[in-house]
Amino acid sequence: MRRRDFFAAFGGGIAVLLVDDARAQQGGRGGMNRQMPQDVGAWLHIGEDGVVTAYTGKVEVGQNSRTSLTAAVAEELRVPVASVRFIMGDTALTPFDGGTSGSQTTPMMWPQIRRAAATAREMLLDLAAQKWNADRASISIANGKAASGSHTAGFGELTQGQKIVKTISANVPLTPATEWKVAGTSVPKIAGREMVTGAHKYPSDTKRPNMLHGKILYPPQFGAKLASLDQSAAEAMAGVKVVHEVLASPRAGFGGDVVGVAAPDAETASKAVAALRAEWTPAAAQPSSSDVYAYFKQNAEGEAAPGAGLITYTIAYIAHVPLEPRAAVAEWNNGKLTVWTGTQSPFGVRRELMAHFQLPEESVHVMMPDTGSGYGGKHQGDAAIEAAILAKAAGRPVQRNWTREEEMTWAYFRPGALIEVGGKANPDGAIAAWEFHNYNGGASALRTPYHVPNAREQFHQTKSPLRQGSYRCLAATANNFARECYMDDLAHSIGMDPLAFRLKNASNDDRLRAVMEAATERFGWANRKKTPNHGFGMAAGFEKGGHVATCVEIGVTNGAVKVLRVVEAFECGAVVNPEQLRNQVEGAIAMGLGGALFERVEFAGGKIASNRLSRYRVPRFADMPAIESVLLDRKDLTSAGAGECPIIGIAPAVGNAIFDATGQRVRSLPMAPQGLGGSASGTG
Amino acid sequence: MPVFPFQCNDSLRHNRSMANIRELDVNGTRRRIDADAGRTLLSVLREDLDLTGTKYGCGEGQCAACTVLIDGQPVRSCVTMVGAVAGKRIVTIEGLAPEGKLHAMQEAFLEADAMQCGYCTAGMILGAVALLRSNPNPSDAEIVSGMNGHICRCGTYPRIVRAIHAAAGKGGRA
Repeated sequence: MRRRDFFAAFGGGIAVLLVDDARAQQGGRGGMNRQMPQDVGAWLHIGEDGVVTAYTGKVEVGQNSRTSLTAAVAEELRVPVASVRFIMGDTALTPFDGGTSGSQTTPMMWPQIRRAAATAREMLLDLAAQKWNADRASISIANGKAASGSHTAGFGELTQGQKIVKTISANVPLTPATEWKVAGTSVPKIAGREMVTGAHKYPSDTKRPNMLHGKILYPPQFGAKLASLDQSAAEAMAGVKVVHEVLASPRAGFGGDVVGVAAPDAETASKAVAALRAEWTPAAAQPSSSDVYAYFKQNAEGEAAPGAGLITYTIAYIAHVPLEPRAAVAEWNNGKLTVWTGTQSPFGVRRELMAHFQLPEESVHVMMPDTGSGYGGKHQGDAAIEAAILAKAAGRPVQRNWTREEEMTWAYFRPGALIEVGGKANPDGAIAAWEFHNYNGGASALRTPYHVPNAREQFHQTKSPLRQGSYRCLAATANNFARECYMDDLAHSIGMDPLAFRLKNASNDDRLRAVMEAATERFGWANRKKTPNHGFGMAAGFEKGGHVATCVEIGVTNGAVKVLRVVEAFECGAVVNPEQLRNQVEGAIAMGLGGALFERVEFAGGKIASNRLSRYRVPRFADMPAIESVLLDRKDLTSAGAGECPIIGIAPAVGNAIFDATGQRVRSLPMAPQGLGGSASGTG
Repeated sequence: MPVFPFQCNDSLRHNRSMANIRELDVNGTRRRIDADAGRTLLSVLREDLDLTGTKYGCGEGQCAACTVLIDGQPVRSCVTMVGAVAGKRIVTIEGLAPEGKLHAMQEAFLEADAMQCGYCTAGMILGAVALLRSNPNPSDAEIVSGMNGHICRCGTYPRIVRAIHAAAGKGGRA
């Protein structure tokens, strides 16, 4: 939207545009948004009807940012939560945003939207002072109204007939956390009612008049190339349109050819794809899930670690498995493209669409309805591009909802990793040496949070046979697993309690010590009593601005590991919404249990074997331990995001508990896909 | 090998008649349709009847996001052919609060904050309603075994257990 169009679209009232200083300093960022100034990070509008509408390019995928951001506006504007509307992730209406990732919504967008709301509140005070010729100090704003003496007025009355725009910078003072009345409380989930009634429209629920259903013919293996195609049988089917196009920038493993169909219903689309006769040139030999770790090391760029004396950990590729698979509807009107899709990066998807169709920014509009989860897995616009290609050829809107098998094959995965660790502890508990190498997994949390002189820590880029990308907390789960398990080994080597060993070496990090002390105190760490096949473990770490410590109690029966109890202490600065923070912590523990114990992508010859839920086990009710979360509310610190960090503690804590219970040190994730050492007949 | 908890109801899965189905009893209303009897109930609900509260999650009865009630019993609509449910009473999430007044189970899910992305919620609620119909006051273990076929990828399981207990306390089997 062009600035001058802002009020044309929204009528009069107050608009506050917030200039993001940090973003302004980054410069043009590739000119990805020519219509609005690059540096506007958020905006907020109060209409003549008093309706408050806030806008952000961030999106809601279950992490409850819609609720926390709404509470931020309510807090600073002194209005009820229910009177604030939030427009999120709409490329025509919201400011440019680089994507919802890295737990950045809270640290970045939350203060911005609060500053915009605080500025609007001050503007309303000015308007009320003018209107009533009153002393500004005599005016109060509460519950969506301004009042002074016998005067009261709704926000709409104050702005009536005027169009006031104010651009502010990011240094507007905010209400301190110690004085919060709405922020910092457990505001219930916005749109929760629409979810329990089935009324909320997810991306896959989008419908347009005359809409067709699309399906793509995928290669039989990663890297296979289309050799020939006979589409006559499919084309002969009633209402079926067959499309064959070449992607400008081929998707990893997918090749350049997009072959698909658009049909009146999903069943016909499936039958039409089955009727396509394609021949494929097979891909060259590819590593499998069992020999990929050697492949990582063999293909490492630059100097590989010597490896001598280092302990090896392996981390399997895992799938995000968002319960709503990728979905998009695309519609063309007069050369302009409109797309509804589930993505963590609507502006990134717009860029992909602009590039593929050679369209200017104003010709592509991407909307992101609140989506059935992402966990870092929905950054790319694959479904949107497929839908748009099919819709353009068919001349009608096309829905392209991926199946579960497509989602678990053609999306991308959390990277697998090979990790090598070495180190030594002095008898007094000080760490004397530390070496840590991660191949392919990523550099998040590569550095130990403990005080270590002369640490050698390296991330080694290498080749991946699978398409890989971000995942909740990225490589921090892998790196924390290896580090915290090895820390336990070091503590054991000198006969020191794992908690005491960590506290001693975390002398330079009060926040890390605080979560360790809080978790172990609530857990009763000092009084734990292990018995055969029943043990205890702990782990700690920090990531994405949060500090976490996790204690677990497990039982092992015939090799089957059952996590019985988890206590996790988490600190992410000033708590924005305690109940929803607990929800995130619990959910991260639940999700993390899957990767810790049994989730793994199995593949060979460029084919994913674990491509369905009957072949890829995710955590269920029966896997849940008793979970207690301990929140450390640091009102003196800036609020950090919480969707990711709480996942990193569970795997190493469980690994350490397995060691405590059995004496067996498991150095691979997942640790017990078929029970420890494959001995269990079932763990579900 | 992992144990997967859901067993498909074969009588619903394989009952394919050749004739098209012309009418369904959905949420207390007779709805006119014209659907091949071999289509899934999920696709007819979502595509033909615009009842999109019922969700696709896996297409093989493993996640239960597509749960609806057939004559009061929970059924995975993604593996149920529409020909098998003609003449039966079908209740979807849209039929649980027809007058706009939330069912006790819906209220309980909201109160327990028993969702994050909410995509599994409709199926969870209908599964939980059916559970309380057969067992009005379940223990933790009975809730876990009764609901284990449902996946919440966001991991709100402990909250869902709490919500079911709360709804049971308020007569949530209504």
